[in-house]
Amino acid sequence: MTRYTAVTDSDLREMLATIGVGSVEELFADVPGGSRLKRPLDLPPGKSEQEVYEQLRALAARNVSSEDELSFLGAGMYDHYVPALVEAITTRSEFLTPYTPYQPEVSQGNLQAMFEYQTAICELTGLPVANASVYDGPSALASAGYLAKLHNGRSRFVVSRGVHPHAREALRTTSAGWGTTIDEIDLHNGLTDARALAEAMGDDVCAVFVAQPNFLGAVEDLDELVAPIKQSGAVAVVSCDPIALGILRTPGESGFDVAVGEGQPLGNRLDFGGPSFGFFAAREEYLRRMPGRIAGETRDADGRRGFVLTLQTREQHIRREKATHNICTAQALNALSAMLHLSWLGQQGLVELCELLVQRTAYAREQLAAIPGVTLVHQQPVVREFAIRVDAPVERVLERCAAEGVNPGYALNRDYPELGEGLLVAVTERRSRADIDRLAEVLSVAVAAERAPAEVA
Amino acid sequence: MPGVMATAADGLSRAPLQDEGVRTIYEKSQPGRRAFVAPPIDVPVRPLDELLPARLRRIEPARLPEVSEPEIVRHYVRLSKRNFDLDSGFYPLGSCTMKHNPRLHERIAALPGNARLHPLQDPRRAQGALELMWRLQAALSEIAGLPHVSLHPSAGSHGELAGVLLTRAYHEDRGEERTRILTPDTAHGTNPATVAMAGYEVVKVGTNEYGGVDVEDLRAKADQRTACLMLTNPNTLGLFDPRIEEIAEIVHGVGATLYYDGANLNAIMGKSRPGDMGFDIVHFNLHKSFTQPHGGGGPGAGPIAVSSEIEPYLPRPQVVRRCAGADGQEPFFDLDDDRPRSIGRLRGFQGNYGVFVRSYAYILSLGADGLQSASETAVLNANYLMARLTEVAGDYLPPAYERTCMHEFVLSGGSMRRQLGIRTLDLAKRLLDFGFHPPTVYFPLLVDEALLIEPTETESKETLDAFAEAIASILREAGEDPEIARGAPYTTPVRRLDEASAAKRPVLRQPRATPLGA
Ligand SMILES: Cc1ncc(COP(=O)(O)O)c(C=O)c1O
Repeated sequence: MTRYTAVTDSDLREMLATIGVGSVEELFADVPGGSRLKRPLDLPPGKSEQEVYEQLRALAARNVSSEDELSFLGAGMYDHYVPALVEAITTRSEFLTPYTPYQPEVSQGNLQAMFEYQTAICELTGLPVANASVYDGPSALASAGYLAKLHNGRSRFVVSRGVHPHAREALRTTSAGWGTTIDEIDLHNGLTDARALAEAMGDDVCAVFVAQPNFLGAVEDLDELVAPIKQSGAVAVVSCDPIALGILRTPGESGFDVAVGEGQPLGNRLDFGGPSFGFFAAREEYLRRMPGRIAGETRDADGRRGFVLTLQTREQHIRREKATHNICTAQALNALSAMLHLSWLGQQGLVELCELLVQRTAYAREQLAAIPGVTLVHQQPVVREFAIRVDAPVERVLERCAAEGVNPGYALNRDYPELGEGLLVAVTERRSRADIDRLAEVLSVAVAAERAPAEVA
Repeated sequence: MPGVMATAADGLSRAPLQDEGVRTIYEKSQPGRRAFVAPPIDVPVRPLDELLPARLRRIEPARLPEVSEPEIVRHYVRLSKRNFDLDSGFYPLGSCTMKHNPRLHERIAALPGNARLHPLQDPRRAQGALELMWRLQAALSEIAGLPHVSLHPSAGSHGELAGVLLTRAYHEDRGEERTRILTPDTAHGTNPATVAMAGYEVVKVGTNEYGGVDVEDLRAKADQRTACLMLTNPNTLGLFDPRIEEIAEIVHGVGATLYYDGANLNAIMGKSRPGDMGFDIVHFNLHKSFTQPHGGGGPGAGPIAVSSEIEPYLPRPQVVRRCAGADGQEPFFDLDDDRPRSIGRLRGFQGNYGVFVRSYAYILSLGADGLQSASETAVLNANYLMARLTEVAGDYLPPAYERTCMHEFVLSGGSMRRQLGIRTLDLAKRLLDFGFHPPTVYFPLLVDEALLIEPTETESKETLDAFAEAIASILREAGEDPEIARGAPYTTPVRRLDEASAAKRPVLRQPRATPLGA
C-alpha cells in the first residue's frame, strides 16, 4: 500500500481469491522474459508529503520569478495581474478533476464555460466561430497552417518575420510532411514589408501569417496587408495578442480568415512557459475544418437548455486519419481561466486596461529613448511592448541590470541579428510609473557603463 | 438515493435551480456593472489618437459580460456543481487513467518561484526549474528504458506527432523515403490522425483472436515502404501482447521504427519498460499515469523518450546539465538550442512546466517501489473488478477476451443488447443516476457495444464492489423494464441531450444583434 492506494493485506487476499490467482505477479504472466524489468527502477525511494514539499520548495526558491525582480520580460508571455477568483474557481475539484466532457449530462458546467469562452474569443477577434482551445499560441498557428492545407491544398506558406519566432518554427516543424515550403517576409521600419508581401503572393500560396501586434510590438495595418492575400485566394491568418484585441481593430473587421494566438495573458500564470492555451477563431466557411473541441447549445429530452461537444465528425475519435487535426486533450482549464479573467475585466474594464497599457508603455518608451545610447528600433504605434537598441553588448547590459534587481526585457540579437543589440521591453499593469522610472535609471547606468569608451567620450 | 427511478415530472430529484437551467454569464450582464477597478493612470496622459490612430482601433468594445465580482463567483460555482468530477466519485473511464490527483501538487505548482517564473528568464536565474526538468527527464528515461527524453510536447497526441516527425527525420537522414505507417485496428483515433498530419499513409494491421497484433498480417504489411508501427502495450483492449518481442523484430527487420503510445503506461511502471520491449520512441501522458489533473479537457503534457539513434532529432530546446558537478563545481542546467539535426519546435518555450512540477512531485512521492506498486495495484484492481463483473453480470456483459487483463479491460454489451434490449449507451447513462461516471463506451471499435473499464490503483475495494453492484442492479432493472435505462439519466442536471440538432444547426456562441466578421 502506498499513500494513494487503499488495498490492505486482507483486501489483497480476498481480491486474489476472487480473481483466482495466487499472487499479483501471476497477473503479469503475459509479459515475456526479455521485456521484464528484473530489478527495481533506479529512482530514489518514496518520500513523505512534507519531504516532497520541502525539497521542491527549495528548488522553486532557486528561480528568480517576477515576484523577486522588477521584470519587463514579455515576448509572448506577460506578467499581468491574475485576479484571485481565477485560482478560487479553477482549483475547485469540479473544474480541476473531470476528464474531457464525454458525458454531457454531468458536464454542463464545463461545457457551458466552453460556450461562454468561445463567445468571448469571437467577440475579441471579430470572427464568428471559435473552438474550445488548442495547446498554445505557436502550435495554434501551425494548426491554422494545417487547416489551410486541408482547405486549398496549395504548397507555399508566406510568413511575416513579425510572427513570434517560436510560432514560425512550430509551423516549419509541424509542416515537415505536407510538401509545403515557407517564405519569410522581412520587416521594414518595424512593420511587415507590405510591398514584399504583395510581391510574394501567387496562386500557389496556401496561407499567409502575420502577427498583431508583431513580435517587435508594432501594430500592423491589417487592412493594408489583407488585400493582396485575399486576391491570391490564400487563407489569411493573424496571430494576435488577446489583451491588445481589447483596443485594436479586430481581425474580423480587417477581413482576416483565421485568428489564433497565445492565450496566456488572459488569466494564466507564467508557469515558465506553460500550461497556457492557444485560441483559434475563424470565418464560418472554415468551421468544418476547425481543429479540436467545440461546444454547442442544444436541448435535453425534457426540452431544457444544455450544451454538448459538437461537430465531432471533424475529430480524431470519429474520423481517424481523415480528421481535421489529431488533437485530443487540449487546454480546457486554461481557457476557463481566460473566461474568468475576461468576466472580471468586463466590457469596459478591458478597454480601460488597454488604455492604461498604451499610456504607460508610451511613457516607458519615451523615458528609455531619452537615455544616451538607447534608440528606438521603430516608431510605430504599440500597445504594451516596444523594441529598443542599446549601444553596447545587450547581454552585458542585461547582466548589469540583473545585479540591480531589474530585468529590462528580452534580448533580440539571437532571433533578429539584423537589429543589432535589440531589446524587447514589455509593460503590464503591474509595472507602475515608479517601476518604469527605476528601469530607466538602472538601464541608463548599465548602458553608460558598457558603451565603448571612445563613443562615450 | 441514487438508483431510485425519477421521472421528468416528479421534480423531486432535481433542485429547482437546476431545473430552469443556468443562464450564461452574458445573459446576466447589465450595462455598468463591473468587477475590475483599473490601477490609476500615473503617467502623463497623451491623446489616444496620437499614440494609436483611430483606424487601427476597434470600432466598438468587445462585448464581454458586465457583471459584479459576487455574480461571477456565484455563476461559476453554480456551473461547477453541474459537473461530475474525480474528487467526487469513481471515474473508470478506460484509457484515461483517472487516478487521484494529489493536492500537494497544486500547492507546489502555485509557489511563486514556479507560477511566476517567466519562460524567457535567463537560465542562470531559473536553475531550480531547469534542474527539476532535468531530473524529470532522467526519471522518465529510467521508467521508459530509453536513454533520452524531451519534455517538449503538450499532450499525448502532440507527443505522437513529435514521434512520427522524429521517425521522418531519422529516415530522411538515411536518404530513405518511406510513405506508410502501420497502426492496429485497436489504435486510439489520435494515432491515425497523427499519421495523416505528419504526411504518411495509414495502413491498418488486424487483431488476432487473443486480442493481440495479428502477427501474420503485420508480416505481410511491413516492408521497405513502412516508416513505423505505432502500438500501445498493453493495448486499448487492456491486454499485454505476449508476442511483442517478435513484433519488434519484424518492424526493425524492415528498417522501420517502433512507436509506443504511452497512454497505457500505468499498467507497467517498474514491471516492464517499452525500451526493453524494443520500442524506439515512447510518449508519456503526464495527465494520465503521472497525476496531472485533467482539468475538463487539459492541460496535459506528452514528453517523449527515445533511443540513441533518434536522439539527434529531438525537438529543441533540450534541457541539459553542464559540468556535472565534478571538481566541486556546481552543476549548471541549461537550455540547449544548438541542435542542428533537431526537428525543431512544435510549440512555444520549453513545454508545460506546471505539469512537469506536478508529475515530478508524484515521482518523488512514490519512488521506485511506489511506482511499481501503483502499477501492480492498478492491474490487481482491474482484474478484481473484471472478476466481480463476470460474477454478477457475465451473462450479459462478458469480457471481450477471456484473459488476464492489465490495468483495464473491455466488456461487450452485445448479449445485453440482444437479451435485455438495452445498449451500452443506456447502461452508461443509467450509471450516472447511481453516482458513477461511466466507462469509455464504443471504444475500441472492434468490440461490439464495448465498455472499456479502467479503475486505477487509487480506488478501494469497496468502491469497486459498489460499482459491480450498480451494474448488476441496472441489468436486473432492465430485465424488468428496459425503458428505465433507455430513458436515463434522471437525476442529472439535464437529461439526454439532442446532439444531432446541435450539429445540424450549430449554436456555438452567444447570439448577438449584429453579425461578427461581416
Ligand atoms: C490510447 C490513447 N492514445 C492516445 C491518446 C491521446 O492522448 P492526449 O489526449 O493526451 O492527446 C489517448 C487519450 O485520449 C489514448 O487513450
